[in-house]
Amino acid sequence: MNECGKAWVFGDNIDTDVLAPGLYMKGPLKVLAAHCLEAVDPDFAPNVEVGDVIVGGENFGIGSSREQAVQALQFLGVRTLIAKNFAGIFFRNALNFGVVALSCAEVDKITAGDQLSCDPEQGRITNHTTGETYACDPLPEQLLAMVTDGGLVDHLERRLAKKEHAS
Amino acid sequence: MGSTLAEKIIAKASGRESVSPGEFVTCAVDLAMMHDSGGPRRVEPILKRLDAKVWDPDKVVLITDHFVPPVDAMSAAILDLTRKWADANGITNFHDMQGICHVVLPERGHLSPGMFVVGGDSHSPTGGAFGSFMFGVGATDMAGVLVTGETWTKTPATIRVDIDGELGTGLSAKDIILHLCARIGMGGAEYQVIEYGGATVAAMSMTERMTLSNMAAELGAQAGLIAADATTTAYIEAAGGNPGNPAQWQGDADAKYLRTHTVDASALEPHVAAPHSPANSAPIDDHSTVAVDQAYIGACTGAKLEDLQMAAAVLKGRQVATGTRLLLAPASTRVTAAAAADGTLASLTAAGAILMPSGCGACAGYGAGILAEDEVCISSTARNFQGRMGAVSSKVYLGSPYTVAASAVAGRIADPREFLVGETS
Repeated sequence: MNECGKAWVFGDNIDTDVLAPGLYMKGPLKVLAAHCLEAVDPDFAPNVEVGDVIVGGENFGIGSSREQAVQALQFLGVRTLIAKNFAGIFFRNALNFGVVALSCAEVDKITAGDQLSCDPEQGRITNHTTGETYACDPLPEQLLAMVTDGGLVDHLERRLAKKEHAS
Repeated sequence: MGSTLAEKIIAKASGRESVSPGEFVTCAVDLAMMHDSGGPRRVEPILKRLDAKVWDPDKVVLITDHFVPPVDAMSAAILDLTRKWADANGITNFHDMQGICHVVLPERGHLSPGMFVVGGDSHSPTGGAFGSFMFGVGATDMAGVLVTGETWTKTPATIRVDIDGELGTGLSAKDIILHLCARIGMGGAEYQVIEYGGATVAAMSMTERMTLSNMAAELGAQAGLIAADATTTAYIEAAGGNPGNPAQWQGDADAKYLRTHTVDASALEPHVAAPHSPANSAPIDDHSTVAVDQAYIGACTGAKLEDLQMAAAVLKGRQVATGTRLLLAPASTRVTAAAAADGTLASLTAAGAILMPSGCGACAGYGAGILAEDEVCISSTARNFQGRMGAVSSKVYLGSPYTVAASAVAGRIADPREFLVGETS
């Protein structure tokens, strides 16, 4: 079970250009992250805190394959994403960075500022502000293992170390 | 029960007899393509950390297109790093500043029907036009492929899109896909596969098919497949590639589709997508009073040779309106050369088009052609997300190359049929 975090609520089709604007793509992540979601909520980047949870609508992360869209959120302290559903590449990228991405049909019940925690293995989100619990799609075992390891690179590091150990 | 084309390719890549939608499988990668933005500068630190080498340098294609040509020290350093990485890792399939990856990849004969291909870019579904299962991944996924030669996928279901009827004068594949964006929506394909077919697709050139497959990304599809036929084989052979056995890579007649959409191309009007989503697409007359500061013909979606020829059909003997600028960034150096050879380029530049380098350019806000606050652009590209092409308050409308050219002449969003009807196309 993840620790509690405060919800930041966004609408449908939050795209990668809004999450990681192309104008700042060649520069350092710190600068890019400062502009994360600026086009839809200029207050987000300056005020988001470590452990806060992003709540999106349909098709969160649509657009480019740039994983800086995930990294910018991660840099700002976000560890958990909840949305009605995610764009395919963004979903892969989130898990590859060890960021939990959960699809939940009941996101409309979440209000900005609610305190949330989640259990990706059981597929459950708890809203500590309202006392409600919501069902979400649990992460399949092989993906959960990767997220638990901290992402794809850490996962590969373990796998390669095991192989070396075996040979 | 039969298999779809996507299921057949995934079954082969995962070493199984057959696969069903929803199954998680690990697939051997036939080809991995990456570019300067998501490529070496991002994968090298991971390879270094894992102390790993590229699993098979001959199966990697590296193309510089995002920071091309470099405009400052940072972009120059990214390209320098990319070249040095190609050399150090024995990547011989390195196309430096030759154009946009999705156009250069088939142009140089790298794609064949039945291949399982990953691309480090979201418009990777473009490769599906060649009957390859090609999809986009981020840089970390790409690093995983480079280390292991494989990647995972959840087997997608297939959504069939049947397109029949003859497109009218001044209409193109771009109008079909913009129409589909409005109908299906940006997430409507739910990361399943879109498979295009029907008489209209069969009659299309490869470059027009690429436009359909390319914007499967905007429908939220993992891949946008078109089964190979004689047109595919002829293109691949001319590009010096190996068309393999296209007969093997066809969906079965009794394959199961998630659903089927049908499009009557003969009834279609030119479409324009209003800011800030390709799904805000509607017949063009809804937008005919919108004045444009910039018209942009560029990107993997809208600057292939045929796209330039469409624009030239409108612009020949006409002039870009005062107060409007027309930027033209051919999708590859070969496109530029071919357009120069057949007179297309002369028609465009005589009309006032400003010739730009072949690269991703203004499309994603990386290169030249950025918009100022409140400026309006009509563009042959694939995406019009807020702030993508420049200032947050700028507005991008998407249209076909015909429509972009007509709008450049009119200085406002204009129906290309106003210029083309009565002319033989």
